[in-house]
Amino acid sequence: MLTLSHVFYAVGALFVGTAVINLGERRWLHAGFWAILGVPCVAGDQILAASKAGVMWPAQAMGAGVIALAVLVTRMRSRPVVWGPDSPVALEDPEQAAAREASAAQLRDRLFVPMLAIPAVAAALVLGARPSSSPLRQWIEPGPLALISLGVAAAVALIAALVVTRARPIRGLTEGRRLLDTIGWPVVLPVLLAALGTVFVETGVGKAIAALVELALPTGNALACLLAFGLGMVAFTAIMGNAFAAFPVMMAGIGLPLLIQLHGAHPAALGAMGMLTGYCGTLITPMAANFNVVPVLLLELRDPHAVIRAQWPTALALLIANLILMRVLVFG
Amino acid sequence: MINYWPLLGVAVVVAGLALRRNPVLVVVLAALVSGLLAGKSPGELLALIGTAFVNARTLLLFAVTLPVIGVLERAGLRERARTWILGFGRLTLSGLLIAYLAVRQVLAMIGLLYVAGQAQTVRPLLAPMAEATARRRLGELDPEARERVRALAAATDNVGAFFGEDVFLAFGAVLLIQSFYKGQGIDLDPLSIGIWALPTAGSAFVIHAVRIALFERRLARRVPPARVHRDGPGKAGPC
Repeated sequence: MLTLSHVFYAVGALFVGTAVINLGERRWLHAGFWAILGVPCVAGDQILAASKAGVMWPAQAMGAGVIALAVLVTRMRSRPVVWGPDSPVALEDPEQAAAREASAAQLRDRLFVPMLAIPAVAAALVLGARPSSSPLRQWIEPGPLALISLGVAAAVALIAALVVTRARPIRGLTEGRRLLDTIGWPVVLPVLLAALGTVFVETGVGKAIAALVELALPTGNALACLLAFGLGMVAFTAIMGNAFAAFPVMMAGIGLPLLIQLHGAHPAALGAMGMLTGYCGTLITPMAANFNVVPVLLLELRDPHAVIRAQWPTALALLIANLILMRVLVFG
Repeated sequence: MINYWPLLGVAVVVAGLALRRNPVLVVVLAALVSGLLAGKSPGELLALIGTAFVNARTLLLFAVTLPVIGVLERAGLRERARTWILGFGRLTLSGLLIAYLAVRQVLAMIGLLYVAGQAQTVRPLLAPMAEATARRRLGELDPEARERVRALAAATDNVGAFFGEDVFLAFGAVLLIQSFYKGQGIDLDPLSIGIWALPTAGSAFVIHAVRIALFERRLARRVPPARVHRDGPGKAGPC
């Protein structure tokens, strides 16, 4: 049976391969960075199983690895990322550009086939395995269906890409590595922020914030509570880089006790729209690295905040629209 | 009595952001500060950070599509995307981006969140297409205009992904909302939560579509209307 672990093994193999290539190029810090990132993918299940059984050293070693990541990242920036003919950032190299033009003219629309195979295969698997009677359910773990489907689709698409371009299979690794090294350290930031969210919950940060809010807020006023909830979601999302970390804190502090229990707000509407209000914060923070920093690197922009500059007016207008929608719909 | 000291972890994040330190370093420091001030032993804290890190590894899964994209890029995917989009004679920059926004929102709604994205579609497809359509109407773009077109393409992907939300196939945000309520003794069906994302999804589409249209008008005014040549496919310059 295909499980999420298999997809993680594939991602882990890509990270480890990237580490090995960097090792060969004597980029020691980058090699260390990608090797550490490979660990939760390759050995994550074992680490979790061990801590459940009371053996803490693997989790502690992983924790030490996280601290090592932070140290590596501060050093990595001083080394050049551009390197030789196969260098990660070689989009503007004229010789390679000419070769790509020629290849594009020859392969034409066949180049799109593997690209379209990713959504097509993923959609087919997701929809095909949804009915509980589907035979696909014997082959795919139903829980994380969407993510496993993505993994299968990526594998199918890679094979198709290698066939279409007649490239050697090792190209999958070297080209994947090229993109990974183009993105660099922002790859790990979302994972770390999610982990920080867990740490904040475990250390009582959420409770402390909730206690402070209740001291400051005129709790009898439903609109004031709603505004505090919405703006709190935005602010905390901007600080934490994602709304998933802000949601439990703001819900436990304001949403549940004040809006739902005291003022009778509709739970489903408040949850969904509160989360989306938080996303307005994601649009304006550099902490949301995968959305706002990664594209700066991928598109080779000079202004590190170019994407945020393109987004903030949408975020602001949508925040206002969403607060009005919540006022109208949540207390309905 | 509530221990307020762990709040200093949040202060570390805010200060780190303000001082423009590397966010990875800031986040790890914040976790250490918050944990130690909550009275955890170094061993406990390391284990807590380690397990939390492993539990969040799903966020690394997007990397699984990178090899395909890399191989296709090397074989000229971006160049082909540029030529192909110019085959649509009347497609404008705003037409392209608004259509992408709609498709991205619908894909996200049916659970296909990770088939598109900054690495998956914006860099190899959307950004070169956006530049090509803008250049066809406005002539050669100066570096700043080019940069703003690329940034808007990236922003459009983000808006589409965020405000499509997993309405009809719960696996991300909706599951988190459901599990939060379940822990509080309120049982909700995922679809009944997801459906409430639709008003915001509609607003997001309208707001961002209007902004895209305004952006194109401003760009047309900014870039001197150079000789608009109807150059056929294949004549687009290097990106």
